Amino acid sequence: MAESIFGIHEQALQIRTKRAELLANNLANADTPNFKAKDIDFRKALQDASGEMKSPYQSEMRKTNPGHIDGDSNGFSSTSQYLMYRQSTQPSLDGNTVETHIEKAQFMENAMQQEATLEFINGKISGIRGALRGE
Amino acid sequence: MSMFKILDISATGMHAQTVRLNTIASNMANVDSVSSNKDETYKSKQPVFQTILEGNMHEPTGGVRVKEVVESQAPSIMEYNPNHPMSDEKGYIYRPNVNVIEEMANMMSASRSYETNIEVMNTSKQLLLRTIQLGK
Repeated sequence: MAESIFGIHEQALQIRTKRAELLANNLANADTPNFKAKDIDFRKALQDASGEMKSPYQSEMRKTNPGHIDGDSNGFSSTSQYLMYRQSTQPSLDGNTVETHIEKAQFMENAMQQEATLEFINGKISGIRGALRGE
Repeated sequence: MSMFKILDISATGMHAQTVRLNTIASNMANVDSVSSNKDETYKSKQPVFQTILEGNMHEPTGGVRVKEVVESQAPSIMEYNPNHPMSDEKGYIYRPNVNVIEEMANMMSASRSYETNIEVMNTSKQLLLRTIQLGK
């Protein structure tokens, strides 16, 4: 139910949050030797996440033994498969590929998009609240 | 997935930069600490940063830490100054291998990185507050 209310924005918000974390990590490691900057393939991650969202009859894998491995069925849980190394335009001697200006710009862009997503979700919530109250 | 992890990541970055600033302060403060012995001379200290890998190797979103603080291997500066009270029997004093200009550049880089982490934290804080207030 909730998924159909928020549409794609719920998944988008999760990916945006994860991406913000990654970019913050890149920025925190701006002076770490041999650190390679990473980013998420947002389009692919969202496509896959929304594909999962559209099939409502997907069964959740239940873990009955602590040795069981996490399934992939519970929506968007990991971004590791969408991670990509950033191509550095000005390689540095210490093997670090973080370019602070690029990361900052990406972070800002991601923050604005996250804000937009939050705005969408907020709009949905107030719309439904209005409908429930009969306003 | 924790919402507040991003604040931890930025905090590790700020901590690492603070350690860096501290070593720079120590180096600059000791730039004139002369001694009469090569081994006792103050050696320039430099922090070495390392990424914190969390759990799974493909998701290094743990931030940064100071792996160790190493002492520069550059030779101490010998200076012939027989009138100096610290001079050895041949009249030499030893100055630390601190390069003040290098340290100043290092300090600027560290403070910029610190600021970047603060900015990330500020932006994230606003977004997290907006998320918490969803539907209000």
